[in-house]
Amino acid sequence: MTNGLNLKLKIWRQKNQSSDGQLKDYHVKDISPDMSFLEMLDTLNEELESNGEEPVAFEHDCREGICGSCSMVVNGKPHGPERGTTVCQLHMRRFSDGDTLVIEPWRAKAFPIIKDLVVERSAFDRIIAAGGFITARTGSAPDGNAVQIPKEHAELAMDAAACIGCGACVAACKNASAMLFVAAKVSHLSLLPQGKVEARKRVLDMVKVMDQEGFGNCTNTQACEVECPKEIKIENIARLNREWIKASAAARDV
Amino acid sequence: MLESHAPTGPIDKSWDNHRFNLKLVNPANKRKYSVLVVGTGLAGASAAASLAELGYHVKAFCIHDSPRRAHSIAAQGGINAAKNYPNDGDSIWRLFYDTVKGGDYRAREANVYRLAQVSNHIIDQCVSQGVPFAREYSGYLANRSFGGAQVSRTFYARGQTGQQLLLGAYQAMMAQVQKGKVELLPRREMMDIVVVDGAARGIVTRNLVTGKMERFDGDAVVLATGGYGNAFFLSTNAKASNVTAAWRCHKRGAFFANPCYTQIHPTCIPVSGSHQSKLTLMSESLRNDGRVWVPKDPSDKRAASDIPDQDRDYYLERRYPSFGNLVPRDVASRAAKAVCDDGRGVGNSGLSVYLDFRDAIKRDSEDLIREKYGNLFHMYEKITGENPYKVPMRIFPAVHYTMGGLWVDYNLMSNLPGLFVLGEANFSDHGANRLGASALMQGLADGYFVAPYTIGGYLANTKLAPLDTTHPAFDDVNREVENQTQKLLNVDGKRTVDDFHRELGRLLWDNCGMARSQASLKKVLDEVPALRENFWRDVSVTGSEGELNQVLERAGRVADFLEFAEVMARDALTREESCGGHFREEHQTKEGEAKRNDDDFCHVAAWEFKGLGNTPTLHKEPLTFDNVPLTQRSYK
Ligand code: FES
Repeated sequence: MTNGLNLKLKIWRQKNQSSDGQLKDYHVKDISPDMSFLEMLDTLNEELESNGEEPVAFEHDCREGICGSCSMVVNGKPHGPERGTTVCQLHMRRFSDGDTLVIEPWRAKAFPIIKDLVVERSAFDRIIAAGGFITARTGSAPDGNAVQIPKEHAELAMDAAACIGCGACVAACKNASAMLFVAAKVSHLSLLPQGKVEARKRVLDMVKVMDQEGFGNCTNTQACEVECPKEIKIENIARLNREWIKASAAARDV
Repeated sequence: MLESHAPTGPIDKSWDNHRFNLKLVNPANKRKYSVLVVGTGLAGASAAASLAELGYHVKAFCIHDSPRRAHSIAAQGGINAAKNYPNDGDSIWRLFYDTVKGGDYRAREANVYRLAQVSNHIIDQCVSQGVPFAREYSGYLANRSFGGAQVSRTFYARGQTGQQLLLGAYQAMMAQVQKGKVELLPRREMMDIVVVDGAARGIVTRNLVTGKMERFDGDAVVLATGGYGNAFFLSTNAKASNVTAAWRCHKRGAFFANPCYTQIHPTCIPVSGSHQSKLTLMSESLRNDGRVWVPKDPSDKRAASDIPDQDRDYYLERRYPSFGNLVPRDVASRAAKAVCDDGRGVGNSGLSVYLDFRDAIKRDSEDLIREKYGNLFHMYEKITGENPYKVPMRIFPAVHYTMGGLWVDYNLMSNLPGLFVLGEANFSDHGANRLGASALMQGLADGYFVAPYTIGGYLANTKLAPLDTTHPAFDDVNREVENQTQKLLNVDGKRTVDDFHRELGRLLWDNCGMARSQASLKKVLDEVPALRENFWRDVSVTGSEGELNQVLERAGRVADFLEFAEVMARDALTREESCGGHFREEHQTKEGEAKRNDDDFCHVAAWEFKGLGNTPTLHKEPLTFDNVPLTQRSYK
């Protein structure tokens, strides 16, 4: 079975945060179409390692599209060409023999590059810490069925909660805006009755930290929705905006 | 002497009584105590959040860039609780009973009862946090039957239950970070534990970005660092999952219990080639509607859809008429191995079996099946390029979870005072086999509802001398860890870390996997030391110490797997019986079922480290079953 692919790779190499980076050329041979994209990179890395060269650093963990670790731009698209797919779930059968693949890290001011394809996304954690939660001290909860939640609301909340925090939305946006990420969490929590109590404070605090972290403004280009591997809907941003306006108005009233 | 500290007396009162008897820390004093929580998955994040809410000062260490990446996130199926919302006869007692039996009578009864008891609080807690569990049209919580349970006690959030529960715990913890009660230290790997005057008092971590070794002191250390499934190289575990933290504690005196208990999950996507870097689990909820089969005749090479029913062997339904496709994981996995050993496996490699939805689609419509399993079918198609609505899925067992782990008493404290071990990292409540949807339950039970009390009990009862990280014990550990790192970088060999890892994995899978024998286990014990020697002679670790160095990280973890593998095989060799996930070929019934030996092995095997290359010492904690009578498991 020799339907293996030969590919030319141009990969961003950067030693650390303070050094300059550049695209470097590599070749990989006889890549099985059944390989995942990351397994293709593993193959390259093992070859580099056996030659005593430093492998390409990239982030990955679950390799099943759920942890949100993997993060790279392939030929200009965050997570590569397949819609609704993280790069760890992208398979090489999607590519053809002789293709050239340009592989780069997320690019955003709020996500500084640490090395090669690895960026720092702790800004997302700080946004969550600012308000992306429902306070429920351990032990204080009433019975799980004490509050009924209409199925549609639970489903909509789940649609938004499916965000894996990978940052592709930021990488896809020409303004490097984090609105889809923030909107997904605000929607998830504000759609549920438990989340109503803290709703106003939550949205104001999260948006404030989002701005402080250096993410850009949302100008409604919708690139984020297209590239989101979990297909989080842009309508969440509309919901975020409504929540924010409501909360700001209320804050002025008080 | 291993003292479990499990309360005696009526089991349904034991946790209440025990909690009452635990000394309390004066509220004003709590902030003077600092607790180091290593690992921020379900168990670690829930413990960190709950301890901080109580007022303790918590430092939480996370190997990833963010705690939201922990491997708990990948759990698909659900979380069990004894709510009995469907009114189908469930109860705390039944969940307790099923778990003890499912674990093949190798768990501690009192722990399991407590687990079943707090399961209900977990659901309440998670709902309050905003976990979007599936709901009925009525707006009430939905349940399903899962993993062989005969009642519907599993709560779920689509196929992403682990993700949603983890995000709940993560968010609760981040709220405490914001308040300054939890100090979060991401991109840190625990390299070793610091023991002073016999108690766990600190850790040394490597900052994965700068490469610097850092020291932290505390009054207690909580280890919630997951299981050791990646010893096998190929498993469903995430790539960073490793045994290092637990192994280093073991080398400093903590006993390792039941390392031979490994869960091999029956419904995973088969290996596609030598490039395979990990395996992907398909939630076993699929077995609710999918039927497992292989051709009756090994020479039958027709396409699946061309094989008529009379030529198919629905072997689970045939062998286990009352449980059918829903037999527990260990039973289903072994049955798949048996038909493949028979030459009846399907796919190019002959190492897979069909999981067929043809009849379910005919009965319920493709739409309904899509609604239930759409995301799983989608994932399967992405990975294999095959459409499971049209052709049956192919599945094969893969290493998934480890029931063994550091030994803990009823308080979840190891024999090393001050070291608490939570979640998959401890030897746990699952005995020799874990039931589906019970891992999330145990991780959260430990973190939200058990450890916050028992750690308080320990601190209230213990007088610890004040110390800081300038204590000479920290210097010693720090030096050892730095030496090991230097040693790895100095080998300057030719073989990649992964290449060694793959070889170890293959050796373990073939000889200490779904079936083990005296001969195969001796082979492991013979070959592992040689492989380890090779590793230290010929491994290639590129780059340097003072930077982000993923090769160095992996090399350290593989070095520890190469040590750990021995105690896993030794435990399997010593346990002359078959139970749960541990199947010794010498010990089976005429029908090929696992045969326990309760007279000689109704105990927890806890191993004490005696130096590398030396035989570890075995300590036994006898198990008694006063509430669930010992019987041979039968799913016929
Ligand atoms: S590695 Fe986890 S989402 Fe890609």
